[in-house]
Amino acid sequence: MSPVASNPPQPGSTDPSVIRNFCIVAHIDHGKSTLADRMLQNTNVVTPREMQNQFLDSMDIERERGITIKSQAVRMPWQVDGTDYILNMIDTPGHVDFAYEVSRSLAACEGAILLVDAAQGIEAQTLANLYLAMEHELEIIPVLNKIDLPAAEPERYALEISNLIGVDPDDVLKVSGKTGEGVEALLDRVVNTVPAPSGAVDAPARAMIFDSIYDTYRGVITYVRMVDGRLQPRQGIKMMATGSDYELQETGVYSPDAIPGDGLGVGEVGYLITGVKDVSESKVGDTVTSKQNPAPEPIGGYREPQPMVFSGLYPIDGSDYPALRDALEKLQLNDAALSYEPETSVALGFGFRVGFLGLLHLEIVRERLEREYNLDLISTAPNVVYKVTIEDGTVVTVTNPSEFPEGKILQVEEPMAMATIIVPSEFIGAVMELSQSKRGQLKGMDYLSEERVEIRYWIPLAEIVFDYFDLLKSRTKGYASLNWQRDGSQIADLVKVDILLQGDTVDAFSAITHRDHAYSYGVKMTSKLKELIPRQQFEVPIQAAIGSRIIARENIRAIRKDVLSKCYGGDISRKRKLLEKQKEGKKRMKMVGTVEVPQEAFIAALSTDTDSK
Amino acid sequence: MNQTEISSIPQLLPDFVSSAVNDAERTFSLYVHVPFCLTRCGYCDFNTYISPDMGPGASHDSFAATAIKELEYAATLFEKSGTEPKPLHSVFFGGGTPTLLAAEDLTAILSRAEQLFGIRSGAEITTEANPDSLTAQSVQELADGGFNRISMGMQSSVGHVLQVLERTHNPDNIVTAAQWIRAANLEMSLDLIFGTPGESLEDWQASLDTALGLQPDHLSAYGLIVEEGTKLAAQIRRGVYPNTDPDDQADKYLVTEERLSAAGYRWYEISNWAYDPDHRGIHQSQHNLAYWRDQDWWGIGPGAHSHMAGLRWWNAKHPAAYASRVLDNISPAIGHEIPDDDARLLEKIMLGVRLAEGLDTAVFEEYDPETAQRAKTEAELLATQGLIEPSALDRGKIVPTLRGRLLDDAITRRLAGF
Repeated sequence: MSPVASNPPQPGSTDPSVIRNFCIVAHIDHGKSTLADRMLQNTNVVTPREMQNQFLDSMDIERERGITIKSQAVRMPWQVDGTDYILNMIDTPGHVDFAYEVSRSLAACEGAILLVDAAQGIEAQTLANLYLAMEHELEIIPVLNKIDLPAAEPERYALEISNLIGVDPDDVLKVSGKTGEGVEALLDRVVNTVPAPSGAVDAPARAMIFDSIYDTYRGVITYVRMVDGRLQPRQGIKMMATGSDYELQETGVYSPDAIPGDGLGVGEVGYLITGVKDVSESKVGDTVTSKQNPAPEPIGGYREPQPMVFSGLYPIDGSDYPALRDALEKLQLNDAALSYEPETSVALGFGFRVGFLGLLHLEIVRERLEREYNLDLISTAPNVVYKVTIEDGTVVTVTNPSEFPEGKILQVEEPMAMATIIVPSEFIGAVMELSQSKRGQLKGMDYLSEERVEIRYWIPLAEIVFDYFDLLKSRTKGYASLNWQRDGSQIADLVKVDILLQGDTVDAFSAITHRDHAYSYGVKMTSKLKELIPRQQFEVPIQAAIGSRIIARENIRAIRKDVLSKCYGGDISRKRKLLEKQKEGKKRMKMVGTVEVPQEAFIAALSTDTDSK
Repeated sequence: MNQTEISSIPQLLPDFVSSAVNDAERTFSLYVHVPFCLTRCGYCDFNTYISPDMGPGASHDSFAATAIKELEYAATLFEKSGTEPKPLHSVFFGGGTPTLLAAEDLTAILSRAEQLFGIRSGAEITTEANPDSLTAQSVQELADGGFNRISMGMQSSVGHVLQVLERTHNPDNIVTAAQWIRAANLEMSLDLIFGTPGESLEDWQASLDTALGLQPDHLSAYGLIVEEGTKLAAQIRRGVYPNTDPDDQADKYLVTEERLSAAGYRWYEISNWAYDPDHRGIHQSQHNLAYWRDQDWWGIGPGAHSHMAGLRWWNAKHPAAYASRVLDNISPAIGHEIPDDDARLLEKIMLGVRLAEGLDTAVFEEYDPETAQRAKTEAELLATQGLIEPSALDRGKIVPTLRGRLLDDAITRRLAGF
């Protein structure tokens, strides 16, 4: 008997008892996408011929980075013991920047496959998402992937997993997404262990949005998990958090292409189209209900996206500013967590202060702007949000170092994070040394196995955002994996360090640092700039200052010779062309007061380097 | 090689020639490029070749005939434009090493030029020379044939500096050649280079002293420019030699000015000094001044550049390509440009501010009022900053001060408004 369902239940009329909603929790590179592909093949949702590798990741950047940024859901029929079941696989983002999105995806499921590379063991991010899944009381199915690899050590890592989640090592499934080994058994396990969704069929409709994406042709496509009741096309709906009403134009499921249907019922996972053009109208975590017969309470757990990291984005060519604005507008259609506002910088001209969920989010947005919109950008050093209390008791929220209040400051509050680091035990010393130098407080340490340790630090988010992860990687020979979550705030002795050229502050280089690190930042930036800024017709002092106090200083000596001794005889054009080239070069110069600074110097000075401390 | 490319110079030229000829202020000079050397110096990026024979019309023996043919071709273009060229203001044979050709070849080219264009009385007629390729007899032959000035590439008197430059001449030969030049009653100019990697300040002072001991009428002293594509550039990139240091060159330039002015030499262009103890304006190179004063000249030979009243053109670079076009009666010019008003202004600025006689501020006023106003403000600022002479500015001339000479390109850029 073929396990492939012969006569699968149709969307909108599926008995909740045969629905299994699950997701896959895995680290990047641990083979989630390959396994998902294999499941699509085994359930005949995609024929091998149609198979496009890593079906679930549709954006180029995702495929290249092997990161799933946007989640989607696929409906797969599967037969066990003669009963046709519907498996809804909900893809989750793997990265901590998208922790909230992850939590909403998990909330749409009853079960989670914990997928671990049999050659590498569990990583910090996976662990974080596993804990999240356990908090949502999902049924966990532990699976070791890539057992076909010569370096695989399934026995060893099965033990690690069993220690973590308290199952018998024998219950850890062993599969290979690549060869397909064990995948059918895994599908059976999903049917047998993941609970069927429960919900009130007759109650007012409630659907939880776990993702929404912008489609050029259809507008916003909203992914929902039906909790109670039923939604169908042409009915009025209401978003409970935003309070807006729409008419439902279409409902359906993905299997793997969109299949429109006549509605979605309890426990089902599918999509809604309302004709809305902006994803911020359809927010992840919001509850969709019926307009005529609204539910009294939303599902709960909704939260406004909170940008945690800010950076200034500036076009290298000032005339690209309108193009950057348009591009950000378009990206925002598809990324409700992206926020921005115009800002100007003396050094960099017109740009935007952009808020991100985290560093990866920043990198992705920047890369998409450069790649999809063909923009050349400079980004300023990322910073976090500070709450600064000034003398009269007013609290100022600072998202940009240049907004740091002048004058007497009562206290500065900085956001903190709980960082979880998993490393081979030989690196414990290196991790502790680094974390302490980054003002971290040790909160705990657990051995996952004899060789691997989970270390927890309470550490300023600013340090993580700055260079903590890079340094962690380099000091642990790349073995450390890091996860962090926002976790409260602390009052700290923070100061703003300004960098001055010829007495003028270069706003792009101002930074908020701990007083103990201010000097080293000042020395680093002044000496870096000394190397990068060409000599001028006059001496240029470069200073680092806290308020009016100079903490570091370098000098760019005045240029003494700026003349070509030869005029190239009769080849006047050659000399003139040299000058015309200098004129072109000059267009890329930014004036800071009277000092000419090449654009490249800003870029080089703003680029983070891992060699420095 | 652009064997078949039809040069647009014959079509373009008539208009420019007539405006050049009809402007009484404009002078007309001749440059002849001889593209041969015995060895290639490591720093040199000139259009020169060490092969003595690069094909028909492009060998040591046949080059003079090719050059003469090009002169005749040039004369026909004047004829076709219905204008008569002015008598030559100056003639300069450069290279390469013109003296690798027999003296009679050089004088034959010169006398053909005189037949075709005429030479004004008192015109400066120079050839560059390598001391190793001169003899007492050849110097006398050049003098008899009408040359009145020889410019020798000395570069340095210090052995290890000459080694880095890969100059192969015997330093003693300079002394002997200088005596021959004196004996033939020719003016003598010496070329020096400072700032070569490894050259100390003392080395440079020694070179200056040696040069001054030869009592030249004229001295050129160039700060070494490491040009892309030269052997020296590659050696510096590989770390064989350190790169040139602008501060070191600045120090040496100041020493040069100090020594030379004490010895009675006067600067008249950034890198050029004339022996003129009584400030009479003598011994300055008329030919080079013609370039810097934006005058007209015809360039004969491979890669030579020409200028006629705002039309610039240049010949095929490779001697064989050049010669085959000349021998086929095709214009050897393979490129030209007519700089627009902005470019012309920039040229005038960059040339004028290199000169002791200075840039006439009238060039801005002729351009447009707004530019004139901006340039005036900038010039006043430059004077306040000590980069140009305030007294000259009062006379309507922009003349760099000693410090300004070292920052001359910056003066140019600022006056040009960028």
